Amino acid sequence: MARVVLVGNLAQLAGAVAEVDLPATSVKHLFELLSERHPALTRHLEEGVAVAIDGQIYQDALLEPIGPDSEVFVLPQIAGG
Amino acid sequence: MGKHHLTATVNGDEVEFLCETEETLLDVLRDTLHLTGSKEGCASGDCGACSVMLDGRLVCACLVLGCEVGGRRIETIEGMARGEMLHPLQQKFLDHAALQCGICTPGFLVAAKALLETHADPTETEVRYWLAGNLCRCTGYDKIVTAVMDAAAEMRKG
Amino acid sequence: MTMADTMTAPHGSSRTYVGTRTIRPDGVDKVTGRARFGADFNLAGQLVGRVLRSPHAHARILSIDVSRAAALPGVKAIVTRDDFPDQSSEFVPAGEMMMNYRDVVRNVMAREKALYEGHAVAAVAATSAAIARRALKLIEVRYEVLPHVIDVVEAMRPDAPLLHDDLYTAGVEPRPEKPSNVAKRIEIAQGDIEAGFHKAEVIIEREFRTAPVHQGYIEPHAALASVSEDGSAELWCSTQGHFIVRAHCARLLGMDIARIRVTASEIGGGFGGKTVVYLEPLAIALSKKANRPVKMVMSREEVFKSSGPTSGATVRVKLGATRDGRFTAAFAELKYQAGAFQGSPVQPGVMCAFAPYDIEHVKVIGYDVVSNRPKVAAYRAPGAPISEYAVESVVDELAKTLDIDPIDLRMQNAAREGTKAAYGPKFGPIGFEETLNAIKKTEHWNAPLRKWQGRGVASGFWFNIGGETCVSLTVNEDGTVSLVAGTPDIGGLRASLAMVAADELGVPYEKVRPIIGDTGSVGFNFLTGGSRSAFSGAMAVVEAAKQIKSDLCARAAKLWDVKLDEVEFERGHVKPLGAAADKVEPMSVADFAKVAGKTGGPIGGNGRINAQGAGPGFGTHLVDLEVDPETGRVTILRYTVAQDAGRAIHPSYVEGQMQGGAVQGIGWALNEEYVYGTDGKLQNAGFLDYRMPVASDVPMIDAIVVEVPNPRHPYGVRGVGEVPIVPPLGAVANAMEQATGIRFTELPMSPPRVLQALKERGLHKV
Repeated sequence: MARVVLVGNLAQLAGAVAEVDLPATSVKHLFELLSERHPALTRHLEEGVAVAIDGQIYQDALLEPIGPDSEVFVLPQIAGG
Repeated sequence: MGKHHLTATVNGDEVEFLCETEETLLDVLRDTLHLTGSKEGCASGDCGACSVMLDGRLVCACLVLGCEVGGRRIETIEGMARGEMLHPLQQKFLDHAALQCGICTPGFLVAAKALLETHADPTETEVRYWLAGNLCRCTGYDKIVTAVMDAAAEMRKG
Repeated sequence: MTMADTMTAPHGSSRTYVGTRTIRPDGVDKVTGRARFGADFNLAGQLVGRVLRSPHAHARILSIDVSRAAALPGVKAIVTRDDFPDQSSEFVPAGEMMMNYRDVVRNVMAREKALYEGHAVAAVAATSAAIARRALKLIEVRYEVLPHVIDVVEAMRPDAPLLHDDLYTAGVEPRPEKPSNVAKRIEIAQGDIEAGFHKAEVIIEREFRTAPVHQGYIEPHAALASVSEDGSAELWCSTQGHFIVRAHCARLLGMDIARIRVTASEIGGGFGGKTVVYLEPLAIALSKKANRPVKMVMSREEVFKSSGPTSGATVRVKLGATRDGRFTAAFAELKYQAGAFQGSPVQPGVMCAFAPYDIEHVKVIGYDVVSNRPKVAAYRAPGAPISEYAVESVVDELAKTLDIDPIDLRMQNAAREGTKAAYGPKFGPIGFEETLNAIKKTEHWNAPLRKWQGRGVASGFWFNIGGETCVSLTVNEDGTVSLVAGTPDIGGLRASLAMVAADELGVPYEKVRPIIGDTGSVGFNFLTGGSRSAFSGAMAVVEAAKQIKSDLCARAAKLWDVKLDEVEFERGHVKPLGAAADKVEPMSVADFAKVAGKTGGPIGGNGRINAQGAGPGFGTHLVDLEVDPETGRVTILRYTVAQDAGRAIHPSYVEGQMQGGAVQGIGWALNEEYVYGTDGKLQNAGFLDYRMPVASDVPMIDAIVVEVPNPRHPYGVRGVGEVPIVPPLGAVANAMEQATGIRFTELPMSPPRVLQALKERGLHKV
């Protein structure tokens, strides 16, 4: 099970649940599982989040694999100027 | 109310043009003579991106009216290189990476050329104050000053 | 060992150019005036487009009557809100970003209300600038002027004038019953903030204020649109992202994306301010109506009033530490102006605030607040300079209170590889400590100071991003290489990409000619921003080169009648290995080019990636300044920047980013601010009174490039463009404190403010 941490307001939308273990095998799968449990998250997951898998940050990487012992952070998307 | 008819010398060539009363020299250069090397950054003489030489004097083309230049001599960035030979200032700007986006570069080159024509050995402070009328937002001025001082040294060697 | 020997580079690279100071290939055109920026394009028969803008900071638009303007000879088209279909309030993909187009369409052309002075209300296209100006005067707009609010704290009050009656604060439970100007509340937290402060032996708490500042690019926004009778559009514009411009225009005007071809002109500065659209949709709409090309250029006044300055803000920071200097708890509350529509950079401001430090207990709250000033656009490391200014000021005060050297205090608490960032994930290899050490080792750090002089140090962080990037490499028949990238070159990108391509393919740098292709000539590219263009572009070049190298190896194997594992590409040649080496000579890229057609066809590669693995950037700045107690004027005496670039592809352009960002930060700290009258109108909409640094305001900026390679990049590159604007605000404020004994908590520290502070403490000299 990957340990998934929701950062900032995402945790609020998940009913103040900041950490959860999920059997996600990819970023896409993770978003599906999160949306199922917390429908309020769906729009935000689509709107733009970054995902850090074992310390590596990914943005817009639905197909990126998540391992069984991975630590995953879901955080707001980062842009720039 | 018709346009004014004028002739002047631009970069050594005689030119003939029509302009409205309210058009600036910068408008004439860019829109009528198609010399777009001089840039409009502010149209109020604060940024120096339109720096040109008028009868040997450094001016902001946006502060000179088109009607004022009849019979006068104008030099712009387009006249700075001699054929394929870049002016030492142009070459030093390239060598020292003294430009990033490059929008202010024509103005700086014209202004720096005016400086070196009257001050062959300027100090860093003199360079900075002479160029204080030219805004650059990208470089922080460091490499521009370095390039100007290096060009001055090269030109002193003759 | 040379740099080339220790340099991270893909196997087989020539290691000749990356890390050296080549002459940029687009340089000659820029020093001769030949290069074409946004306003330098013209088409036969073009019309001049101009925008009518609201003179009021807040007003309902009751009616717009264009009839008299339309009747003026020479006026060929007019557009208003009626020409832009309304957009639903949902976030939709625009390129890679999610945009709320309901807000975008209203910012481009006001609908129900004018929400700031300078808000576009109508636009005309006419045969001359004079006629266009007269036409604007003939447009009759009836406004119902409303009370306005600009300051962020004022805008948050429950009785403040309301900008949007359908804006309810997101992020609070339960959802508020009444709308307000607070669009969003966000929060990040780790540990137990109360327990953390309980453990602290010293606590410093301060509140700071910053004013809106503009990106200050010297080139105003410019666009030239030409729409054909079949509805296809060509657009030339000055932009950081022509694919994004295409996406926005397609959406706003209901056009197929493929029907719009956008060419990015050379761009005269952007810094984030040219990542959105203002004139482009207007120019296309006008051209479509007029059936002629329409050229639109903003005046300097319009740039200040009608583009996207960054947030003014209020920031409260509370930092607790033990007596020996260990941070135990950190709290901050950020209130950022978003401008007329929601979307300030408070989110990254929140995430960056304490990012350089390893702190167990952290809580940062942020508020995104609308008010009657232009909609905020990105400005170099958006949000971070503001929050990190506040934090670095408090860290400095803590260092003084604890009598600990300010660099040592930062070192003691520095984030390192493996540190869990306050915003979530653990850091990989990072170079923060290296920048602190680099500064400490300088002669600058120990140089003597006189009375009224002060020295300040501050650090900064920015995430950096990757993103969708396409680069195509084509080997021409004579062995030269054409490179087409798709991210506008703001300051040296073409040089960097050509250097990488030259090393990857083992060809001379002069034989690689890079261009920035239009949207029809290269695949989708996210915009230039986020410190991504060299990072992602280099990655895409490596990918494209890999395809070429693999193709050439396959051709060689067939030509030489050997197996694929008996050939290898190294330093510009395909070499036979093992037994084959005795039988055939290696072939260069140019050799293959000569026989390309005969061995399968033209040689090329396409790097099409969504670059991941951007490495976070850290910098530490050191500044000496002198205060004139008579005038309040501050002179910057000396400035040193140390920043981790991962790997500098072109050291001069990396230094250039460091120097340029530092000077923008100096301007932000000392002079730049938007000054509004009580009528909500901008009083300093020009370069004379919006005072940016000039050459005589600053000394040489010493740039120390630190290199802690980013393991996720083939060349170890980290983005460098944004980090350098983050530390200067804190560094200058900290130096001011040392010079005057006064902790300035409001920016800018302009002469009137400095004088006032000196007077209040009896320090003013007459």
